[in-house]
Amino acid sequence: MTHPAIAFDAVEKWYGTRDEPVHALAATDLAVAEAEFLVLLGPSGCGKTTLLRMIGGLIAPTSGAIAIEGKGLWQNGQRQAEALSDLGMVFQEANLFPWLSIEQNIALPLELKGVPRAQRAARAQELARLVGIQGFEKRWPRELSGGMRQRAAIARALSYDPRILLMDEPFGALDAMTREAMNLELQRIWLATRKTIVLVTHSIAEAVFLGDRILLLSPRPGRIDMVVDVPFARPRVPDLQSTVEFQEIVRKLRHRLAEIS
Amino acid sequence: MAEAAPAQFRKRLVTLQGALPWITTPILLAVFVLIWDSYVRFSGISPLILPRPVAVWSAWLELLADPRAWHHTWMTVYATLTGFAYATVIGVTLGVLIARIRWLEQTLNPFIVATQVIPKVALVPLFVLWFGFGVTSKVIVAAVLAFFPILTNTAMGVKSIDEGHRDVMVSLNATRWQVFRRLELPSALPFIITGLEIGIVLAIIGAVVGEYLGGNAGLGHLLIARLNAFETDQMFAVLIHMSLLGFLFYFAIGALRRMLVPWHASARLRV
Repeated sequence: MTHPAIAFDAVEKWYGTRDEPVHALAATDLAVAEAEFLVLLGPSGCGKTTLLRMIGGLIAPTSGAIAIEGKGLWQNGQRQAEALSDLGMVFQEANLFPWLSIEQNIALPLELKGVPRAQRAARAQELARLVGIQGFEKRWPRELSGGMRQRAAIARALSYDPRILLMDEPFGALDAMTREAMNLELQRIWLATRKTIVLVTHSIAEAVFLGDRILLLSPRPGRIDMVVDVPFARPRVPDLQSTVEFQEIVRKLRHRLAEIS
Repeated sequence: MAEAAPAQFRKRLVTLQGALPWITTPILLAVFVLIWDSYVRFSGISPLILPRPVAVWSAWLELLADPRAWHHTWMTVYATLTGFAYATVIGVTLGVLIARIRWLEQTLNPFIVATQVIPKVALVPLFVLWFGFGVTSKVIVAAVLAFFPILTNTAMGVKSIDEGHRDVMVSLNATRWQVFRRLELPSALPFIITGLEIGIVLAIIGAVVGEYLGGNAGLGHLLIARLNAFETDQMFAVLIHMSLLGFLFYFAIGALRRMLVPWHASARLRV
């Protein structure tokens, strides 16, 4: 039997105290297909980051079940290592450890898993090439630009070859030009690796440019408001953004966003 | 070429700035000694109160040639380093525990603050009474003085770990030991070293004050003995000797910093 890469069964999340509960995510069903590029879009407070962090196992759902590659993520309040090994996370900040070289940062997950040193170094070199930071392996993170650091963070998430890549506004802290370049790079990396990607963003253009499918989330409580399929062929080029079809999807999303925020 | 020129100029400026202390320090030192010497010569002050720099210099050379002085030096070094070692082990361990275990922090906090607020130097006679005139009481004074900054800096270091870094370790399903070894320890290390830097200086103070008040060994004892004998020039020589020892320890910690945390901004700071 085939199963989706990620499956949510009535997943719900409440935060806060008994007196002042916050409904972060209403009961949500969701299925992300293998090798799909899914984008979560929405205003702040819509629960998109909560949803992503729940997929990544960083937050436990209040109720409902999450399955990663058909394996339950939580069992008796314990995160299941088997499900986690299919997940790689990239955060808004690169979160590289400043005391490790770029190469050691990329190989950190392998080190935690006990992979021998020579093998780790070889894998880090390979990934540095994939994300386009070869030649910087021996540098400290502080010696790299924001864009390069984020590339290293992507390489780190890919190091143990997870089948799913989760990205929480990975380019939100970058300037507009670097951001556009990184979008192209991400598409290239995705086409090269065929991972399942879930990306959180609040940039409509970024969502339409990158996604196969966009989930628009609305706040109070967080829930899926609209699903938009993006039909454009790959690889997409920057000029796509000036076409009428692209603008039409952007317009539709922008109007709906204005209504719900 | 036009762009290379200012870059080269800037580089030369930076090199100059790095070399600056090597030029200014000897000059300022020479000026200080000159003023000191002039004051002694023209004010007619007794050499028992303030000896001439030349006399202090020759007294120091005598000190260096005296094996008994080296015995005293060794006693002070021993008391300082042993006390410092105890303070480091206990301070770092307790600092890590306090930062991680909330109820432990709340329970111990009043006592830790108390040990800090009590003027510990005033307890030295008590330590002498309890632990004798030997080296043990000096080790304990050094340890007690050095302990606090090491503890607080360690706790602060462990507490100020970046939440994003924690997220990375959680998402990688790291074990508790891995989180400590790969994240908390390296992250807290610059803070711990700052604690050690303050601690080593306090350890010397502790050892010397302990020697002032009891026993017959160590540079603190030697200084008091010279003072009581009105050999002021030799007293000054002991003072210089102690200061050099302090510099040596302080720079050793600085070297440790550059070795252990070369990635941290503090390793490029030269104070």
